[in-house]
Amino acid sequence: MKARAWMRTVGFLLRKEFRQVRRDRVMLFQIFAIPLIQLLVLANAATFEIRNTRMHVVDASRSVASRDLARSFAASDYFSIERVSAGMRPADEGLLAGDVSLILHIPTGFERDLARGVPAAVQIVLSATDGAAAGIVAGYARKVVADYGMRTGGPADATAGGTIEIESRGWYNEALDYRQHMVPGILVVLVTIIGTLLTSMNIVREKEIGTLEQLNATPLRRSEFIAGKLLPFWILALLELAFGLVVARLVFDIPMRGSLVLLFGAGGIYLVVALGVGLWISTVAETQQQAMFVTYFFLMINLFMSGLFTPIASMPAWGRIAAEFVPLKHFIDIARSVLIKGAGPEGLAVPLLALAAMGLVVFTVSVRQYSKTAV
Amino acid sequence: MSDVTGALLGFVRKETRHILRDRQTLFVLLMLPLVQVLLFGFVIRTDVENVRVGFVVPASDAATGELIALFRGSDLFTPVGTWPTAAPLPDLFERGAIDQVVMFAPGFADDLGRGGARLFVVTDASDPNTGAAMRTYAESLIREYAGQGAADLTLVSRPGGGPGTLAGTSGIETRVRIRFDPALESRNLFVPGLIALVLTIVSALMTSIAITREKERGTMEVLLVSPLRPWQIIVGKVAPYLVLAFVNVLTALGAAWLAFGVPFRGSVTLLLLESLLFIIVSLALGVFISTRAESQRAAMLAAIAGLLLPSTLLSGMIFPIGSMPGWLRPFTNVVPATWFIEIARGIMLKGVGLAYLWQETLILTLMAVILTTASVRAFDARLS
Amino acid sequence: MNAGATGLPTVPEGGEPAIRSRDLTRRFGDFTAVDAVTFEVGVGEVFGFLGANGAGKTTAIRMLTGLLAPTSGEATVAGHDVSAEPEAVKRSIGYMSQRFSLYEDMTPRENIELYGGIYGLPSPVIRDRGARLLERLGLESAAGKRVGSLPLGWKQKLAFSVALLHEPGIVFLDEPTGGVDPITRRQFWEMIYETAADGTTVFVTTHYMDEAEYCDRLSIMVAGRIVALGTPTELRREHGAPSIEDVFVRLARQDASPPAAS
Repeated sequence: MKARAWMRTVGFLLRKEFRQVRRDRVMLFQIFAIPLIQLLVLANAATFEIRNTRMHVVDASRSVASRDLARSFAASDYFSIERVSAGMRPADEGLLAGDVSLILHIPTGFERDLARGVPAAVQIVLSATDGAAAGIVAGYARKVVADYGMRTGGPADATAGGTIEIESRGWYNEALDYRQHMVPGILVVLVTIIGTLLTSMNIVREKEIGTLEQLNATPLRRSEFIAGKLLPFWILALLELAFGLVVARLVFDIPMRGSLVLLFGAGGIYLVVALGVGLWISTVAETQQQAMFVTYFFLMINLFMSGLFTPIASMPAWGRIAAEFVPLKHFIDIARSVLIKGAGPEGLAVPLLALAAMGLVVFTVSVRQYSKTAV
Repeated sequence: MSDVTGALLGFVRKETRHILRDRQTLFVLLMLPLVQVLLFGFVIRTDVENVRVGFVVPASDAATGELIALFRGSDLFTPVGTWPTAAPLPDLFERGAIDQVVMFAPGFADDLGRGGARLFVVTDASDPNTGAAMRTYAESLIREYAGQGAADLTLVSRPGGGPGTLAGTSGIETRVRIRFDPALESRNLFVPGLIALVLTIVSALMTSIAITREKERGTMEVLLVSPLRPWQIIVGKVAPYLVLAFVNVLTALGAAWLAFGVPFRGSVTLLLLESLLFIIVSLALGVFISTRAESQRAAMLAAIAGLLLPSTLLSGMIFPIGSMPGWLRPFTNVVPATWFIEIARGIMLKGVGLAYLWQETLILTLMAVILTTASVRAFDARLS
Repeated sequence: MNAGATGLPTVPEGGEPAIRSRDLTRRFGDFTAVDAVTFEVGVGEVFGFLGANGAGKTTAIRMLTGLLAPTSGEATVAGHDVSAEPEAVKRSIGYMSQRFSLYEDMTPRENIELYGGIYGLPSPVIRDRGARLLERLGLESAAGKRVGSLPLGWKQKLAFSVALLHEPGIVFLDEPTGGVDPITRRQFWEMIYETAADGTTVFVTTHYMDEAEYCDRLSIMVAGRIVALGTPTELRREHGAPSIEDVFVRLARQDASPPAAS
């Protein structure tokens, strides 16, 4: 009897919210168009792939061998030679100016040393400012040099050790397109941004207009009010997620190896947390400006501590622990596991429970915290 | 003429008073950016460490022992176990308990002695970025071992960090030197980018709200009938936030220096001036948003939803622009943070001056001019 | 000065008062917005709460409607204590806030539907009363238009009617006639009379002194304190003034003038 009345009231509130949303064309555009466009464009950006590292060859040797070595680099997909010079000066300039990120310095005695079977030395100078890729680029550069060395014949001295042929495989994700990896994450982030912003602004706006006071003067229950504010945007966010997944499937061909029902179920729980936080922020903020700044802070935490762009394994220990309290972290785990690895609910018990717990806490706190009578 | 200047100064003073009176918001505006820089500066890292590596050794011998010891001795790897077969692997990978596995064939040492052995390295590549790094590091380490031979164990702590050598089979020794950040602390790269991101969004938010708030409250009309010209209204509203934003610059750069030890190799004055230019661009962007937005909510949505991800992903803050497909270049060029990050990294890490950075500075200046003009135009249009 | 010049609080006729306030006080830090306010309102009365802007009327009404907790003192509305049972109070009253709070981007019908639902009215009742309401106000033609597009006078009458939709025994109106032309104000007061005639108690705050004449009883508030309480006739006689406005001016001046040097 009580539950029926509760649901009926919430139903009225939902009707109101949806009416208002439907009439706000601009907001609708922002909700659906902006994330879509961003998803399509940005998913292509999130990679550390080595691609056409611009390099400068300082060829002091000016020999057949050195030119051969340079050609090996040019032939590689990973490097592109911008300039060749005999001296280091122009190369240094180029590095400083950011025209190149790598210098290959082949010393004068290169060909001679090679011929004599003496270890020849080359130097690679890397600009660290070109991204965390510096470590990987060094590895690739060495590989090119090593391959060149092997082609031109091994050492006369066999006791230096045998060769090791390394065959590398990836577990999951064999030919994975980095975009397929990023798309689910970026989509979720976009949905989170929109959903949280909308909910956090909603209550504060009513506060500022004065309709909130009118509602506070009615016998409306707190839980009815909170639910009536959460549900509409929750539904919209889920719709957006679904819409985004369809696009992701069509444009990026992301795998969908696991159960979509599981994914949306988890998404539903996650959104209760994310939107609930937005809602809670708006109940404590006095102005829209405050609400928005704090919401932005919350979004930043989710963005950078969820392991989406930078690995959690690389965070300091306290960061790794804190990451467990970041809702997005768990949902990204779930999304990636379900879509890419095809994982099932058993394997995801931890993140699912974490999200459910957070959702419960957030909702309870919001309801408790919201006061219809100012003190 | 001085009348109008007087009116403008009075307006600026009034705006400043308003802002100072709202203690709570002031606290948020000054503290949150700093907190973000500090928090994320410590958290955003791509240095791959503690790679959980396992070994499948059907028959252990001297060589397998040595190679495994190499892994153990390296900072990068954390061996998690050795198994005789590959049977436990699928479960371990599925549970995310292991990152990488090196699989030996029986008779590894013998094969080596005979001139050639094979290894399988399987890496969890579900994150292709870290997957590539882990794979490269493992391969480097293994090649290191192959080059040096059994007796000479050179421990690789960070590939490329310091003179590494790859001699032996190839007959060519490759010395690697990393300029501008020999320790390859990813932090030094990310912190300037993080500062740029925080500054740009906070600044844009501040101004976009300031103006739409007047619009919503209806006090805009009052302003428009005052003796102040539209451009003066904009200047008046933006001026106090310029000061606030600059305080943010100082605290953020201070944090970079004190908390993170990011180098400041170039001219600090130049960096501060460029920062000023950058926040002007961001503030102007906020103003421009506010001229188009009808409500505070629309302004905020545009500022956050429109700036957050693009500035994070397209500016080169985390993902190198060089790694992106070519067609994204126009998009990256449009993001103001892209240019400021170039400048900040140039000054802080490379120690270069205006001679190298004049192009980027020019572009930022152009952006400031364009945005300001567009805003004033839009504002004027409102009047008529 | 808390009472009429006679020294005794004037009491409404009849039985249990609809609203009773005793030493109701509200402080915000150092500032006392409402200072030990004492009065009673009888069932079916039209009670006016007069005062200048900033005198504390809105704060007082917010306490009586359960929107703001009193710092000290007590008040009962419809038999419920506002501090202990604010939600029970809200079930028994109607409220029209100073800002006419209807949703501007929805139509009158949609606003009616929302508030009807919140007050738990069954759907047929909502439809029925809503239709009658719109008819009485002459708003049928505007039923499909957004409230935001209606002129102020219509919005105000609509807000009043919506506050009464669930037929509460007491209705609180905070500055309902602000910013409207005199003719519309008159029409509004006619609506108030109709409501009171049905037995509803009306508690209305206003800064328009001429509206005082419309009230059964009224109080005048200056700087958070009640400086006059009684029927319009009583007050005019007490202060020997031709209109309530004059009464107010005298009282306000008294309060503003410095205490005589002793």
